[in-house]
Amino acid sequence: MNKLLGSYKEIFLISIGWWLFWLTGQTIVLHRIGLSWGDAFFEGVCTVLVLALMGFIIINIFRYYSQITKNFYLVAADILVLTAATGKILYFTFEKMNEGDAFYMENILPYMPLRGIFYFLMITLLTVVCWFRTHEQEQRSMKQREEEAETLMRDAELAKLRQQLQPHFLFNSLNSISSLAGSRPEEARKMIQQLSDFLRGTLKKDDQQLVPLEEEFRHLNLYLEIEKVRFGHRLNTEMMHDERTAMMKLPSLLLQPIVENAVKFGLYDTTEAITIRIHASSENNFLVIIVENPFDATTSKPRQGTGFGLTSVQRRLYLLFARNDLLEIKTKDNTFITTVKIPQVK
Amino acid sequence: MIKTVLIDDEPLARSLVAEYLQSYPEIEIMQQCADGFDGVKAIAEHQPDLIFLDIQMPKLNGFEMLELAEPTPSVIFTTAFDEYAMRAFDSNAIDYLLKPFSKERFDKALQKWMNQRNNTSVDEKTESLNNTVSKHPEEQNRVAVKFGNKISIIPAKDIFYIEAYDDYVKIFTEKDYFLKKKTMNYFEETLSSSDFMRVHRSFIVQLQHITRIEPYEKNGHIALLKNGKKIPLSRSGYSRLKDELGL
Repeated sequence: MNKLLGSYKEIFLISIGWWLFWLTGQTIVLHRIGLSWGDAFFEGVCTVLVLALMGFIIINIFRYYSQITKNFYLVAADILVLTAATGKILYFTFEKMNEGDAFYMENILPYMPLRGIFYFLMITLLTVVCWFRTHEQEQRSMKQREEEAETLMRDAELAKLRQQLQPHFLFNSLNSISSLAGSRPEEARKMIQQLSDFLRGTLKKDDQQLVPLEEEFRHLNLYLEIEKVRFGHRLNTEMMHDERTAMMKLPSLLLQPIVENAVKFGLYDTTEAITIRIHASSENNFLVIIVENPFDATTSKPRQGTGFGLTSVQRRLYLLFARNDLLEIKTKDNTFITTVKIPQVK
Repeated sequence: MIKTVLIDDEPLARSLVAEYLQSYPEIEIMQQCADGFDGVKAIAEHQPDLIFLDIQMPKLNGFEMLELAEPTPSVIFTTAFDEYAMRAFDSNAIDYLLKPFSKERFDKALQKWMNQRNNTSVDEKTESLNNTVSKHPEEQNRVAVKFGNKISIIPAKDIFYIEAYDDYVKIFTEKDYFLKKKTMNYFEETLSSSDFMRVHRSFIVQLQHITRIEPYEKNGHIALLKNGKKIPLSRSGYSRLKDELGL
């Protein structure tokens, strides 16, 4: 914001100098043609004021509608309309001011179109300067966003590592394996396999990589199978997607923290058996994934914010798609519903 | 015979302890419980000498369960790595087993307990353990209480005020109150200090439930709560309250 204000001031100062220069120039020329110094100066001031007003309009158009830089026709139309407006205003002003002055009416006013060319050039110049500035600013902010994204990505990487190793999950799983090893060695072996596949899956994934939903679901399933061994019959899961959504893409491991949250929330908030539902659908070029888990609305403290896991999901979605409205959380009776929307790039 | 109860929400974790206990014929597992509610019941019913207790469990965590358990048994905690637990255990634990633990480590814990058992009174030990470990951060949001056989969890936001009552405190919600064997100092330390204030030697009040402060007799003040209750304010309590509420 400061930057914008700064550039505003800069433009203002440059304009002042610029306008003074033109004011002087015009006054001299008009005086040469035959106007008195006073009249020449007055017309110069009028011209400069109207052009300055146009400049102000142009700056604000670019400021509040920066999309204009992407449309040449709009810019051209903007120049023409403003030039016409300038010409009209000044023509009427001069006509009114010099009513009854035959010399002026015959020798100066008819040359208005010639002056119009000057207005046109001035407005074009102003527009081009604004265009460049806006473009440059956009480039700068884009670069800044990219840099910020990169730093955050690195931080996220670290946080992710820490989070993914999830000591609680890992140690409890190992404890389950230890238990199985004594009584049911075959199952222990199977669980070691699942745990290894899961860990390998989390390690090799690249943060920015987009993967098909099918693959993400496969990975989630590994995780859920392990949790089912840990919690036995208490944990049930329901994962649904169709052929169309199976191939739709989403950032790798995006759903992992959401599902972990659902499992933790669901299992630690009730003592009964629970079902976690994960449904995928497609909607207007979005992949929509809904994760539902039960919770106890009466004893559970109202969750403020989204919790660490979901905050990181929100962050990632923002970094990848520059949108903040892709993650939605709501509660309905005793169900906690998390909805993620992933824009599909064609 | 030594009676024990296993309390852990993960079945396999319980069977591991059960398996390890097979080499101790003198120890009998009276019951295995999947949550703290069952745990409290089982302890009341079987009066075990020793319990194996997980910390992270649904609804009622291990610490909260222990507060409600009567009589208080000796405890060996079994838990996955948890830094809060680690800190809490530093001074007062009878013992804790970090999952996954080996048979050797398990034997050592049992050995330690058996040695201590003959020397120290259990109550004393567990009491001090209770006071340390309960300061688990999660707990500041809720208080577990028992009313007869029924266990309730009161969200901190529902507590109107707490009044000292001999060795107990009375925890008042809008309409009810619950007794809990804890000190005022304990609540003053564990409840969020931005929401609760000790306004009197015998009263802790939740600020958001105060509707107004009124003069009372000469020089005294009382706080009027939303449910119509009047709480006496000590002189220092009154001035602290005034500061906090920006009066």
